Amino acid sequence: MSEPVIKAENLDLTFQTNDGPVHALKDVSLDIMKGDFVSFIGPSGCGKTTFLRVVAALEQPTGGAVSVNGMSPEEARKARAYGYVFQHAGLYPWRTIRGNIQLPLEIMGFPKSEWKDHIDRVLDLVDLRGFGKKFPWQLSGGMQQRASIARALAFDADILLMDEPFGALDEIVRDHLNEQLLELWDKTHKTIGFVTHSIPEAVYLSTRIVVMSPRPGRITDVIENTLPRERPLDIRDTPEFLEIAHRVREGLRAGHAYDD
Amino acid sequence: MKSALSILTVIAALIGLWYAACVPMNIHEAAIQAQRAGQEVTPAEAPERRKMGRIALAVKNPGLWRTVYEQDRPQLPAPHQVGAELWKTTWGMVERGRAFSKRSLILHGWITLSATLLGFAFGTLLGIVLAVSIVHSRAMDMSVMPWIIASQTVPILAIAPMIVVVLASLSVDDLIAKGVISMYLSFFPVVVGMVKGLRSPDAMQMDQMKTWSASRAQTFWKLRLPSSAPYLFASLKVGVAASLIGAVVAELSLSQDGGLGARLLAGSYYGQTVQIWSALLGAATLAAVLVWAIGLAQGMTLRRMGFQR
Ligand SMILES: Nc1ncnc2c1ncn2[C@@H]1O[C@H](COP(=O)(O)OP(=O)(O)OP(=O)(O)O)[C@@H](O)[C@H]1O
Ligand SMILES: [Mg+2]
Repeated sequence: MSEPVIKAENLDLTFQTNDGPVHALKDVSLDIMKGDFVSFIGPSGCGKTTFLRVVAALEQPTGGAVSVNGMSPEEARKARAYGYVFQHAGLYPWRTIRGNIQLPLEIMGFPKSEWKDHIDRVLDLVDLRGFGKKFPWQLSGGMQQRASIARALAFDADILLMDEPFGALDEIVRDHLNEQLLELWDKTHKTIGFVTHSIPEAVYLSTRIVVMSPRPGRITDVIENTLPRERPLDIRDTPEFLEIAHRVREGLRAGHAYDD
Repeated sequence: MKSALSILTVIAALIGLWYAACVPMNIHEAAIQAQRAGQEVTPAEAPERRKMGRIALAVKNPGLWRTVYEQDRPQLPAPHQVGAELWKTTWGMVERGRAFSKRSLILHGWITLSATLLGFAFGTLLGIVLAVSIVHSRAMDMSVMPWIIASQTVPILAIAPMIVVVLASLSVDDLIAKGVISMYLSFFPVVVGMVKGLRSPDAMQMDQMKTWSASRAQTFWKLRLPSSAPYLFASLKVGVAASLIGAVVAELSLSQDGGLGARLLAGSYYGQTVQIWSALLGAATLAAVLVWAIGLAQGMTLRRMGFQR
């Protein structure tokens, strides 16, 4: 058994706010293996974003430990271990799509001669070949989000952390992007951490589904997804799919019952 | 088309108002002149006329209305008088091949413009440098910002002569002295706008930079600076107008060099109201052209940068 790519042990994070301390993460332990596609699901405020941000070294835990590829999150970031995709595409309007994808390459100091190859490759991966010279406002919301995924992939990180990347998109576009994301994951063997509010999305995409619950934010269930890796969109109507979706729903309900 | 019509309507209304205002403003002088020419004026005594007020006097003497527009030194010159003076001192001078003579508004406009642009260039530079240091250093933010704000509460009219005297004693060139006062007024909007612009990237954009381990310099050049462009242009428009005011005020103290401010001063010295008004309108036109030019650059740049479509 190989070492986990992301290893969280008894993570605690308390934010000190004006209204008193907010316990965003409590005793969170989780191992994510190489090539896993792990979805995080749970009601608003349960700490999904916070967990991803701790892994990405955007937030410091107040207790416990995380390691990414056996390093601290900061070291992992410097080693370009992960790409982070935010809910909002956040493309720069003054740069073309190519220019946007080039941005992390410039910042990380990739040699100029390599830029073109990197950009071409990730544009292919997200199916945006031919749109490189366009400006963000010339693209639909779904295409912009694909461009932002391409940007996160541009520097060959092995881990992709995605915080509700499709949350602002309509259902049809979302289905399409889910399909593409699976394809991309299959081709690239990345390890993916994916936050969502949608049960079908979580079940369709992941190898494992982490169910969380708020106040304090904690993991209440981890569900292994037994669906095959090959997943056409209509797998969502099969009994196996509905069975897993049901288990996720139960897990969410159980987490809530705790509360009241 | 429709907006052109409404602009013309507003201008026509303003000119109409101006003409109307000329009647009460110039009625006393009109009465005096009419009496000298042997005409009847009611009431005949000047002190009585003063007591009854301008409007009442105008109503009593409709025969005087025409002459209020034909005086040499009216209290309020009529639009066509100012227009004629403007024409005479600009295009009229060009026609006579004396565009840069002392009596030409083109020469004086040019003198004001050069001080304005000099001060504006340095003001913009100073504003940007201050904004960058304020955004990057908390100490600068805490210590310098209050002084910058305090600097703008000092009435420029009061300190301009002092600055001029000090700089003259250091034998600084007059143009630079005027530029300093322009700079003093124009750097402020640039600082305020640039600080806001450089801070305009949101938390997500800053986090994104962090996930790429971007340095402060990289964040500045690739994110903060481009993000500030819309704010910069908005402040430049305010800044250039302020710079022009600074130049005119400076010219009141350095009137021997000419300029629109010097024309204003000379006009008020000799009661040449027509000259005052034409210098005033000249300055307003200059300001409008400068603001318009920056607006043009703004439109082009921001469209190209994708901020506007
Ligand atoms: N920087 C912060 N300062 C203070 N409190 C914070 C901060 N970030 C998050 N929190 C709090 O921590 C808790 C968890 O927030 P988090 O954003 O991780 O939730 P989430 O599961 O991502 O919710 P959502 O589904 O709405 O995105 C919330 O109660 C939130 O208010
Ligand atoms: Mg969230």
